[in-house]
Amino acid sequence: MTAQEIVFLLLGVVTVGSAVLVVTTRQLVHAALWLVVSFGGLAGSYLVLTAEFVAWAQVLIYVGAVVVLLLFGIMLTRAPIGRSDALDSGNRWAALAVATATAGVLVTVVVRGFKDAYLPLRAGGGTAGVIGSSVFRAWVLPFEVLSVLLLAALIGAIVLSRTDVGPQRPEPSDDHDDQGREDA
Amino acid sequence: MHVVYPAVVAALLFSVGIYGVLARRNAILVLMSVVLMLSAVNLNLVAFDVWLRDRLHGGQALALFTIVIAAAEAGLGLAIALLVFRTRRTIDVDALNSLREDHEPAAAAEPAETEPPVQAEPVQPAEAGAEGGLETPSAERGTQ
Repeated sequence: MTAQEIVFLLLGVVTVGSAVLVVTTRQLVHAALWLVVSFGGLAGSYLVLTAEFVAWAQVLIYVGAVVVLLLFGIMLTRAPIGRSDALDSGNRWAALAVATATAGVLVTVVVRGFKDAYLPLRAGGGTAGVIGSSVFRAWVLPFEVLSVLLLAALIGAIVLSRTDVGPQRPEPSDDHDDQGREDA
Repeated sequence: MHVVYPAVVAALLFSVGIYGVLARRNAILVLMSVVLMLSAVNLNLVAFDVWLRDRLHGGQALALFTIVIAAAEAGLGLAIALLVFRTRRTIDVDALNSLREDHEPAAAAEPAETEPPVQAEPVQPAEAGAEGGLETPSAERGTQ
């Protein structure tokens, strides 16, 4: 077992362990914070696999943006801060059985399929220069389509979360009717 | 490094995400689990890109695209969760069962959860106004 494998295994244990804590913790905010640890471990795994640019994009986008977005969502939905036992639904044991079965099948297949495959790690395989030239030479069209998709998703999120866009909801109009009746 | 290590870590991460999607009740925790599953796919993409030594670096480019799609998914999912919270006063995914096929338990359980905040508020001031005279409702409206 080489040093790279040891480092990768430690990072993998951190990643999977904090992911397990994300899905089992009883405190909603702690789940978001354990998600940061999990993404950090994943970024370290990318670094060990010589994918530097993906690792820093992971840190910037996931840890910097997605987790902050999730924390905002937790705050805006007035989630219970502190311990609450209502975070798990009743089908936890069925979910555990399905997840264990999935893990068993996937790990068995992967181990049997890639038992002898060896991955030579060589520095410089995933620097910003290499990935940038690859993205802007070979993958330009998907890149542009993806930027349009991101723009559409952002506009959709704005339209969904604003209240003064689109048809009026029934609740405010009901209130209006009630007050109008009271006035009359 | 053997290919087995990243592949096994990705498989375990994916299973943890499946458990979270199935077992959690809060919609934001379900979103977190979906993001975990997407991360597992990213790890596979990067590992196999490095293994196959793709000249176009398709795996890492696709991992970047997946990261962007996950960001868009998280934004839209949170907007939808906020909208659900604004209309139903809960983001408990077990309580959102109005499209269910068998309506007996849903119809019995649902009005008890969703109707009172909508109906109880307008009824209360009307009764107070009918009993207590005209001053109190107008004073309330003045403060609003």
